[in-house]
Amino acid sequence: MGKEISAWERVEIARNPKRKTSLDYINSIFDDFIELHGDRNFKDDKAIVCGLGKIGKQNFTIIAEQKGRTTKENIERNFGMPNPESYRKAIRFMKQAEKFNRPVITFIDTKGAYPGLGAEERGQGEAIAKSMFEMAKLKVPVISIVIGEGSSGGALAIGVANKVFMLENAIYSILSPEGYSSILWKDSSRFKEAAEKMKLTAKDLYSMKVIDKIIKEPIKMEQEDFESVSNSLKKEIKKEVSRMSKLSKDDIVEERYAKFRNIKELVEK
Amino acid sequence: MIVDKIEKRETGAANKKSNIDIPIGQWIKCDNCKDILYKDDVRKNFNTCPNCGHYFRMHIGKRLSLVIDEGTYKKFDLKLDTTNPLGLEDYPKKLKTLREKTDLEEAVACGTGKIKGEDVVICIMDSGFLMGSMGAVVGEKITYSIEQAVKLKLPLIIFAVSGGARMQEGIVSLMQMAKTTAALTKLDEAGLLYISVLTDPTYGGVTASFASLGDIILAEPGAMIGFAGPRVIEQTIGESLPEGFQTAEFLLEHGFIDKIVERKDMKETLYKLIQYHKGGEA
Repeated sequence: MGKEISAWERVEIARNPKRKTSLDYINSIFDDFIELHGDRNFKDDKAIVCGLGKIGKQNFTIIAEQKGRTTKENIERNFGMPNPESYRKAIRFMKQAEKFNRPVITFIDTKGAYPGLGAEERGQGEAIAKSMFEMAKLKVPVISIVIGEGSSGGALAIGVANKVFMLENAIYSILSPEGYSSILWKDSSRFKEAAEKMKLTAKDLYSMKVIDKIIKEPIKMEQEDFESVSNSLKKEIKKEVSRMSKLSKDDIVEERYAKFRNIKELVEK
Repeated sequence: MIVDKIEKRETGAANKKSNIDIPIGQWIKCDNCKDILYKDDVRKNFNTCPNCGHYFRMHIGKRLSLVIDEGTYKKFDLKLDTTNPLGLEDYPKKLKTLREKTDLEEAVACGTGKIKGEDVVICIMDSGFLMGSMGAVVGEKITYSIEQAVKLKLPLIIFAVSGGARMQEGIVSLMQMAKTTAALTKLDEAGLLYISVLTDPTYGGVTASFASLGDIILAEPGAMIGFAGPRVIEQTIGESLPEGFQTAEFLLEHGFIDKIVERKDMKETLYKLIQYHKGGEA
């Protein structure tokens, strides 16, 4: 862990196709995970996985962006890039979580919402906006965990949480470094420089109060490391849920509101 | 967020000294029909082409005079500037130049005013300021306006025009999407009306936050509206996009906006809608 690695190196780690996916963490952290499907409207979009799981006696609703490992799996998962139906499925499970008083845990790992023709026809923007809207209102604890790539509105759509955790080598940004350099500098070859500038590492985001907790992880994750990272996550989830169980429903909503309300980075003129 | 093609179009237009509002000089060329028009005629015609009906983009002042009763607009006293969170060298300079050049403080103006005597909170974005992009100042001003609407128990009207979240402020811009959206939950719970008016162009993080959350969503004819920019989509799917894709008419057809309203009818339509939403006490 110790040695400082560059932001771009972290981007590469976060994108490594061998990196653990949401389902790896879900199966490791929660007992008896059961996946449930569909937005009840159009289809079951597989870039977001939803379901129920438990830690001890505590039940959870789980919403997770899911990349594939193999090409076949990635095609099925649309490379982890959600279509609007994924967000609408997420909204359905958020509302159920509130109804049945279960905390919500979301896992963020996406290059972004899918920029496709059908996605636009079916209201990608509206789906993301509505997902954040419903999430902001939830009267149950919400924790989001950025495990890999957290890119753009497609990531934030399921990231309006009381507490946001982030793995040490995950990234979270307004856009990919490639997109950023191409838009801002009209030069897509400057992506490494963009990565350093964008403040997309866990450390930078922690200091800006965008995230609340960095989960340590090694650069190269072996099985035993993975178990140790999962255990830290489990411990932090339990700790936060126990803390929030002492808050009133309104206070839980207010805490979440204040978190985002206070992201200002402003000075008086 | 998706500023690519739009910004390109914008820069091109700025070079030609056209498109954004009406430039200095007597004449203006319509981007659509290429007709040479006398600028006063365009002005009198709600900044649309008298020949083909093409909509020119509008500055905040013009828009205000079109929908808000004369002399009733009071802007919120917010004097805010970005901390330049990514420490970009040229960003503060760029803002300063833009402020001098455009006479705008930022990409949105917010305050209270009257529409045919009805009090409202109004926010108007401006594409002439960094393509109406949303950084911390825009996010804060919109959020403050929403909170004022709740406090004053007034309807909220936002005229959106934006390339999306502002790249120069990175993640801070992204977070403004959550901030403005969360504020709208309070307005919703207070039972107050929010009318979102989408104008050309509205994209990215603005489409994917407050602009898509109106109780009523209106749009100007022909306005380009979407989440991902057309070029990004073309690159992704590897084919060119169908005619009329992402226009206001396309969104209406797909069920994402309530109504397309011409500029000349905007004030009356807003007034009517406000009237319809006043009867909650019976």
